[in-house]
Amino acid sequence: MLCDNCKERDAVINLTQVEHDSKVTLHLCERCAQEKGVETGVTVLKSPLGGFITAMGKGAPSMLPSPADGLRCAACGGTLRDFREAGRLGCAQCYEAFATHLRDLLRRLHGSSQHVGERYVTPGEHDSDPQRQLLDLREQLRKAVENENFELAAELRDRIRVLE
Amino acid sequence: MIDLALLPDGGMHWLDASGPKSSIVLSTRIRLARNLQGYVFGQRARDNDRTAILTRVEEAAAAGERLRGAVTFRLDQMERPDRQLLHERHLVSKELAGLDRESRPRPGAALVVGASVGVMVNEEDHLRLHGMRSGFALEEAYAEVEAIDAELGRLLPFAFHGEFGYLTSCPTNVGTGLRASVLIHLPGLVLTREIQKVLQGLTQVGLTSRGLYGEGSDVVGNFFQLSNQTTLGKSEVELLDHLGKIVRQVVEYEEQAREVLLKTAELTVADKVWRAYGLLRYARSLSFEETMNLLSGVRLGVGLNLIPGLSVYTLNKLLIFTQPAHLAALEGRPTGDPELPTVRAAYVRRVLDTEAA
Repeated sequence: MLCDNCKERDAVINLTQVEHDSKVTLHLCERCAQEKGVETGVTVLKSPLGGFITAMGKGAPSMLPSPADGLRCAACGGTLRDFREAGRLGCAQCYEAFATHLRDLLRRLHGSSQHVGERYVTPGEHDSDPQRQLLDLREQLRKAVENENFELAAELRDRIRVLE
Repeated sequence: MIDLALLPDGGMHWLDASGPKSSIVLSTRIRLARNLQGYVFGQRARDNDRTAILTRVEEAAAAGERLRGAVTFRLDQMERPDRQLLHERHLVSKELAGLDRESRPRPGAALVVGASVGVMVNEEDHLRLHGMRSGFALEEAYAEVEAIDAELGRLLPFAFHGEFGYLTSCPTNVGTGLRASVLIHLPGLVLTREIQKVLQGLTQVGLTSRGLYGEGSDVVGNFFQLSNQTTLGKSEVELLDHLGKIVRQVVEYEEQAREVLLKTAELTVADKVWRAYGLLRYARSLSFEETMNLLSGVRLGVGLNLIPGLSVYTLNKLLIFTQPAHLAALEGRPTGDPELPTVRAAYVRRVLDTEAA
C-alpha cells in the first residue's frame, strides 16, 4: 500500500486520529509519519534509550531482533532483549553475560569501557573484622529462617550471641 | 505527618549560604550508586529481597561510625505529602518517593539519613549515597560521601567488576557510579541571552544540565543543575576536576554577564529586581513557579548589591518553604489546598517583613 500523504513511498504506519467525533485512519510512510510528529523507529533512535539500541544493534537502524537477543544471564534469567527494552540490566552477573555487547555500548556512552577509578576489594569471607562477621552471620540467619532451616538458624544464633 | 526535627539539622545545612560562591552556586551534590552482591537489581528484585537489603543497610549503618544515629524513613509506609516533602528537600528522588504514580513505593523503599549524608535504598540501584554542601564545594562534598562509601563497603559486599568498576542497574552509571552536580543560578546569562550557547558548550565537554530537581525536571527560576555525564573511563578525581573546571568557567561567564548588565542596563535591571521584590513583598496570591521566578530576580538584586539588607540564606529558605508540600506542612493545610497561592503570598510577606525591615 502506498502512503496516503505522498503517494510515493510504501505505507508502514497506520495512524488513527479522531476528528470531529469520527475516526480517520491514515496509512503513512516513515517520512510522512515523522513529519506528522509520530514516533517512528528512526525518531525513537534519537532518544537516549534509542542510543542504547543502536549501540547494541551495532548501528543497525531497525528494531529487528538480532540473533544475540536470546542471550540469557544465568544468574537472573534476564535476556539481552530485556535489557534492550528496559535499558536496565537485571543483576551484576549480566555484565559478564553480555560483556561483548556491553563493551561496545559503554564505549559509545562513556568513551571507554575500562574502569580506572577507585578499586574496590570485597570484604573477605574469612575477614577477622568482628563487625563484618556479625553482619554476615545475621544475613545467613535471615536466609536460614526464610528457608525454614531451623537447625542451622539455631547454630547461627548461638554464634551471633558469642560475637555480640 | 513526619517529624522533620528527626532530620539531623533539619537536612538544611546546605542552605545556609556559607559555602564558596554561594550567591551563584546554591549547592553541590555528590551521588554514588552502589549495589550489593547476591541480589538482582532494584526493578527486578522481589519484595523480600528489597526488605532484606534495607535491613542490611540499616545494620551496617548502625555497626559503622559515620551513620550511627541515622534515621530511616520508610517511603513505602509514608503518605504522599510526607514523601513529597522529602523530595522537595532534595533528599529522595521523585522515583523513590513514588511521586509519578498513584500507588505507594514498593516495600523496602527507604531513606537512611545521617548528619550530612543520606542513603536512598532500593531506588534503581540498591544504594544511592548522597550528600549536599552549601555553595561550590566539590571536594568537601565528595570527601563526606566517600567516607561513608568506604565504611559501608567494608561492611557490605558491593558489586564490583575489575573491568567495568562498580556495577549499576543502568550502564550510564557504571564505573565510578559518581554523579557530581552543582545547582547554579544563572539569571545574568539568561538575561543576556548567552545561556543557550553555554548549555550547548556544556554538552560538548561531557556535562549535562537539568532543572531544579534533577533528571527530568524543568528549569525554573533560572536554576540549572550541571553534572558529569559519563562515569566510566575516568577516575573520581578526574571527573570532579573536570566538572569543577567547567563550573568555575560558567561562574565567571555569569559574573561577566552581570557586569555587562550593570554597565549597559543598570536602570532596567534595577527596575526588574525591585519589581520582583515589590511583588513578593505585597502580592496576595503567588503560584510556586511565579515565586521561584521572582526569587530569582531578587537573588540577582542581592548578588548585584542593588537590594541591601536581605541575606542569601533568607532567599534559600524561601526557595524551600514555598514549595507545595513544605508550605502545606508549615501552615497545617492539605497539599492540594486551592488556597495555597494565597497562603504562600502571606508567608512570603511575613518572612520579608521580618527579615528586611
